[in-house]
Amino acid sequence: MAERAARPGPGTAEVFVRAPGAGLAAAALRARGAGPTGAGPVGGRGLCGEPARGFAPPQPGLAAAMIHSLFLINASGDIFLEKHWKSVVSRSVCDYFFEAQERASEAENVPPVIPTPHHYLLSVYRHKIFFVAVIQSEVPPLFVIEFLHRVVDTFQDYFGVCSEVIIKDNVVVVYEVLEEMLDNGFPLATESNILKELIKPPTILRTVVNTITGSTNVGDQLPTGQLSVVPWRRTGVKYTNNEAYFDVIEEIDAIIDKSGSTITAEIQGVIDACVKLTGMPDLTLSFMNPRLLDDVSFHPCVRFKRWESERILSFIPPDGNFRLLSYHVSAQNLVAIPVYVKHNISFRDSSSLGRFEITVGPKQTMGKTVEGVMVTSQMPKSVLNMTLTPSQGTHVFDPVTKLLSWDVGKINPQKLPSLKGSVSLQAGTSKPDENPTINLQFKIQQLAISGLKVNRLDMYGEKYKPFKGIKYMTKAGKFQVRT
Amino acid sequence: MSGNGLTYSEQGGEAAPELAQEAAPTVTPSAPAAFGLFSSDTKKNEDLKQMLESSKDSAKLDAMKRIVGMIAKGKNASELFPAVVKNVASKNIEIKKLVYVYLMRYAEEQQDLALLSISTFQRALKDPNQLIRASALRVLSSIRVPIIVPIMMLAIKEASSDLSPYVRKNAAHAIQKLYSLDPEQKEMLIEVIEKLLKDRSTLVAGSVVMAFEEVCPDRIDLIHKNYRKLCNLLVDVEEWGQVVIIHMLTRYARTQFLSPWKVDEVVDEYSESNFYESDEEQKEKDQKLKTIYTMDPDHRLLLRNTKPLLQSRNAAVVMAVAQLYWHLAPKSEAGIVSKSLVRLLRSNREVQYIVLQNIATMSIQRKGMFEPYLKSFYVRSTDPTMIKTLKLEIMTNLANEANISTLLREFQTYVKSQDKQFAAATIQAIGRCATNITEVTDTCLNGLVCLLSNRDEIVVAESVVVIKKLLQTQPAHHGEIIKHMAKLLDNITVPVARASILWLIGEYCERVPKIAPDVLRKTAKSFTNEDDLVKLQILNLGAKLYLTNSKQTKLLTQYVLNLGKYDQSYDIRDRTRFIRQLIVPNEKSGALSKYAKKIFLAQKPAPLLESPFKDRDHFQLGTLSHTLNSRATGYLELSDWPEVAPDPSVRNVDVAESAKEWTGIPGKPKKEKPTEKFYSESEEEEDDSASTSSSGSGSASESEKEDEDEGSTDESSGSSSPSEESTDSESDSKESAAKKRCRAVNESDSQDIKKKAEGISIKRSTSSSSDTEYTSSDECSSDSKSDSESGKSRNATSNKKEEKPAQDRKTPKTQDMFLLDLDDFCPVTTPVAVPTAAVLSPSLAADLEGLSLSSSSVIDVTMQVSVPTKTHELLHRMSGKGLAAHYHFSRQPGIFGDRMVPVQVTVTNTTDQKIENIHIGEKKLPPGMRMHEFNPIECLEPGGSITATMGIDFCDSTQTASFQLCTKDDHFSVNIQPPVGELLLPVTMSEKDFKKEQGMLTGMNETSTTIAVAPQNSTRLVIIERVVKAANLGVVPSGQDNIHRFAAKTMHSGSLMLVTVELKESSTAQLIINTEKTVIGSVLLRELKPVLSQG
Repeated sequence: MAERAARPGPGTAEVFVRAPGAGLAAAALRARGAGPTGAGPVGGRGLCGEPARGFAPPQPGLAAAMIHSLFLINASGDIFLEKHWKSVVSRSVCDYFFEAQERASEAENVPPVIPTPHHYLLSVYRHKIFFVAVIQSEVPPLFVIEFLHRVVDTFQDYFGVCSEVIIKDNVVVVYEVLEEMLDNGFPLATESNILKELIKPPTILRTVVNTITGSTNVGDQLPTGQLSVVPWRRTGVKYTNNEAYFDVIEEIDAIIDKSGSTITAEIQGVIDACVKLTGMPDLTLSFMNPRLLDDVSFHPCVRFKRWESERILSFIPPDGNFRLLSYHVSAQNLVAIPVYVKHNISFRDSSSLGRFEITVGPKQTMGKTVEGVMVTSQMPKSVLNMTLTPSQGTHVFDPVTKLLSWDVGKINPQKLPSLKGSVSLQAGTSKPDENPTINLQFKIQQLAISGLKVNRLDMYGEKYKPFKGIKYMTKAGKFQVRT
Repeated sequence: MSGNGLTYSEQGGEAAPELAQEAAPTVTPSAPAAFGLFSSDTKKNEDLKQMLESSKDSAKLDAMKRIVGMIAKGKNASELFPAVVKNVASKNIEIKKLVYVYLMRYAEEQQDLALLSISTFQRALKDPNQLIRASALRVLSSIRVPIIVPIMMLAIKEASSDLSPYVRKNAAHAIQKLYSLDPEQKEMLIEVIEKLLKDRSTLVAGSVVMAFEEVCPDRIDLIHKNYRKLCNLLVDVEEWGQVVIIHMLTRYARTQFLSPWKVDEVVDEYSESNFYESDEEQKEKDQKLKTIYTMDPDHRLLLRNTKPLLQSRNAAVVMAVAQLYWHLAPKSEAGIVSKSLVRLLRSNREVQYIVLQNIATMSIQRKGMFEPYLKSFYVRSTDPTMIKTLKLEIMTNLANEANISTLLREFQTYVKSQDKQFAAATIQAIGRCATNITEVTDTCLNGLVCLLSNRDEIVVAESVVVIKKLLQTQPAHHGEIIKHMAKLLDNITVPVARASILWLIGEYCERVPKIAPDVLRKTAKSFTNEDDLVKLQILNLGAKLYLTNSKQTKLLTQYVLNLGKYDQSYDIRDRTRFIRQLIVPNEKSGALSKYAKKIFLAQKPAPLLESPFKDRDHFQLGTLSHTLNSRATGYLELSDWPEVAPDPSVRNVDVAESAKEWTGIPGKPKKEKPTEKFYSESEEEEDDSASTSSSGSGSASESEKEDEDEGSTDESSGSSSPSEESTDSESDSKESAAKKRCRAVNESDSQDIKKKAEGISIKRSTSSSSDTEYTSSDECSSDSKSDSESGKSRNATSNKKEEKPAQDRKTPKTQDMFLLDLDDFCPVTTPVAVPTAAVLSPSLAADLEGLSLSSSSVIDVTMQVSVPTKTHELLHRMSGKGLAAHYHFSRQPGIFGDRMVPVQVTVTNTTDQKIENIHIGEKKLPPGMRMHEFNPIECLEPGGSITATMGIDFCDSTQTASFQLCTKDDHFSVNIQPPVGELLLPVTMSEKDFKKEQGMLTGMNETSTTIAVAPQNSTRLVIIERVVKAANLGVVPSGQDNIHRFAAKTMHSGSLMLVTVELKESSTAQLIINTEKTVIGSVLLRELKPVLSQG
């Protein structure tokens, strides 16, 4: 067979000296189980003598594609794009979706899986657009959902933002991309670098060039990545400035109770990378304290075996931006909560006025400033209006959605920011049972709250010296304070 | 809906039928959409038509873009078909692609016109550009026109053997499309699937398995031979393919392996609490507990190879692995998936929803799995309601005595939530906790009673319902609560709650004798305004009171019954009639009224508060059916474990497995009879297909001969190597072993065959050399035939052989490497060839050399080896706490793949206790080096020793391979440093070839030295023996007495290594080594020096 490479090829290494993970040969080592491949090419073609146990006979004539059709529906319930991979499914199937949408008060509550008499509708809701996939038969629902999310990511990647307007403007590119992503309802190419080689993202410059030269946005060669062992990277990448940046971003998810004690807190982190390196670099990234990482998930480029044995991230990076790793810091480690909220919210039964007072202050911040602080709170329905004065920042109360948001900015430990005032309640209603929860957002630069530290980053396989950079940041994830 | 209305009018006449049959969109012959009303549309289309006819590409492109825009909006563009289809052969690739898009959408409706485009695709299918071939196949197979089914079939067949894996992948996709278009083609398509299943490209694997699932999911027999390959490829398959393959393998495994759960049911509790432990430890524990059950190595292979995928960034892959572990892994191991599933809860709402549903089902059966993650399920006020309720569900499932107090505190917060639907769900959850955990029942009840004074009606109503259920479970002393609830009746308006209170009062009316009649009085007044549900309960209450306290309530009840008699709802009228007949005695009433009291006031069983996820587990997790809790179309049932494992040897690919040799599986279920039959049947099939497919061998006699031959080889192998172990005494494994041997013969060069032939001839006491010739060649042909099924690669080999029977003893180099390139196990037989044979043969080979017809340079790896007896110490028994290990190089080629140096490790237990679970732990290999571990040794008796074989690819370097040898309790770091002589694979070649090769390897590639040779070492036999012992070299026949030649190639890169020993007078000798790998060469030179000089 053709793909079987001739053995003493250029990939074979030197006798004694061998650069760690030289090029493609090393990629093959990635995460492969040590077991011998037990399957040779000999196969009995015969009919199996024993009855096939348990494999239910397929319904005749029901060979259905995984994803039959896709409908994009905007917030006002208009179908503004449809794409069919097999025979056309009438739009009327979406009526079932609209029904479910009506039943669920908010978009968030529309069930992701809706059965209809002959189809199943699986949907994701992002950027105020419902992406509704129509399927006809059993399929792992996460398969479809994950794929739809990947579609949205791809659009975002192509057009910068994913919105109804953008999609309508670029309907041809969208169509071409969708055509490449799925064949007969089964994902064909979902790696963005492969797609971008097949269909180039629209830019103003290219549009101009194309009109003049008559060239097209469509590639006529099979992207090299599609066949290689590193499908995420294209060959022949060239940069004049070779740089690799890594952002270690940690998010604190926490629930703090009334009295200020932590109910639950955990740290989730990601390492996002922006790698612009020439050729086929092979990178290794090691940590000072890899034991902190409890549960990890990798970009496919990371060699799993190496991580298992040495706790080193070894990979041939994709070109450009990508998420190298997401991790969870083991629950044994106590989480330092960097901020606290003092609150005094009370509604009185007798009068239609309530008191509202919150103060935000820093706690275990390791000497760093807390910035980008933003407080939001969903007020009970009976709240009519709020008259508040902040000591710093700006605040908005939306009387329709009853959402209070206060953009605090930086916390100055000498003068703690506070928001005070009164709440006016609808006359005649009883006081709300529960005080609103406060959601907090903040950022701390140059700090990974778990204490994770990158030890070093090395590059092999290329001659030049790249510029390397590591940045740390801690953010609030789902940080809630119950009052 | 305004959008829809608009669409219908735009689609014109076609929309109506489509609306009617949303389900099965059929081929509707399109009526021209040009009604007078829509003239503007037609006009617009006219101008598009003109643009398409224009000679400029840019105009065409513009037109196509607008048309695609129309399609995207769901507008009908079908009338443009003739104009568009003309451009299918456009040179501009973007226009072409857009035309493809159009074709796929409308070809079904315009079948005749669509045929115009077919020839273009047929031409494109032959294009040198693989992308064009692939996309042509994609479009061709997507245009759903039944007439072209034969063309599609042909195209698929051709594409399935395309050189480009990308095209083959598309062929796999096309299979499904063709199948849905014409299910009649099933048989032919299965053939293509079968062929593609054997494909080794990771690109193809996912797609073909998808096609398999679609077309013939019941043909598990097609999977057998590919099972191990699929398992091993899995990590490298693209993520979507992984999901499909994992789901398929889950179903496969459930039909093929024995249940690993039988014994661990007993130890469930224990193992659950300990699921932090590593995989190995657990495995071992299982082993300890299950004396009878041993996991099939293939079963283990699947579990082992899917585990790394839990780290995938793709939620669908993680979920797929999780369900695989849930359905297949021993219960103690399934715990490893929980961490990854909890991780998925960080992602999007939709993913959370599905994952939480699956966790909910899991957490009912095995609480322990998710207990440590309890806090991850705490609800945030920002979660959507559906997520909140699912989390609540899981928390309730996980509740136990230990965590209930924390949970209840958490629930208190939830009850106050602004999201009332969620608050109501929380109350139900509290009720469930109260029934499940008796310690907190009273606390919960009190808490719920407090909630009765809540301001929110929904909360109160839900509390009433739950309290009702709780009271029913323990009615003893709750008179007070019932009284309290009776008071509430005035304020509560929610029907369910009112009905519940009424029912409670009726049921326990004897406990509240004073209140009950009063309640009846009040409700009788409001009867007409009540909800049906409440009315029924009023009737019930009346009946019960009538029976227990007729003095006070007779009139009231009659009044209520009268009201009921004229109610609007026939249910209530029915009930009234029924009750009246039962309780009010009159002449007509039968015997039943005597029992009225028993009927109405019977002891009712308490309701069970159960999770709605309780019965979901009969659906495979991670499926759509599970999510919907109803069977989705096309759902494939997961079968129960078989009672007796089906024959595991069906998965063997041509060679038996080494694992079985020494694990000595105790109590392995016997299953010979069906196996034998099955195997022979398939054999016949194979023969048939072989005779049809392979060229040149069509006669039935051939296959007979084959059988015969196989018998004879079997015999001979049996006698020549009595030590060959085949514990599983099945004839098929023996057969395959024999086959393997036969092929091995085939692989080796002429000399080797001759040698073998010689052996046979001796056995049969035939002296004629022509006879032996015949035997050997016959063996080869039979072998090639039986192999011819085995995929194209080998097929090619055998075909070539048959074409040139004269040459078939001399296989060209490339082929040879191919044949050795089996990543398979093979039985670790003790080498047949004794060292003396190696010494004797060259002369014979030299004699026969003249017979060779081939003049081409032939360099082949020899089969024979002389095994150095020298063993090296791996682990001393002192440092190994009683575990000693030795290794030696067994020099058997091709056991673990052609680049692995086989190493036999003998472990000995010098302690007086059993040592369990000896395996290889963490490896520290230099880059590039690979290691094939031996299978873990379950148990080593005191004083016993076991030999296991492992393979190491040293990358042609003498760097040490460091790894850990682990037992159940200990880890010992050990390392193996190979002598350079073991990095070689002996080859044989003629003297002529040797000289030719040597001529090419001069200059820098040559190293030489002069050495003193001890006098006793100067005879030919001794030199050969000593050199061969020191390095794994093949002997080259030599014409001169004073020159001895040896040849080998390096294990990893296959570079030649030529060694010449030239004896000079005065006991010196010139030692020359020619090789490209100069470093190895010089090291080898250094090592050979003392070999010859020492005495």
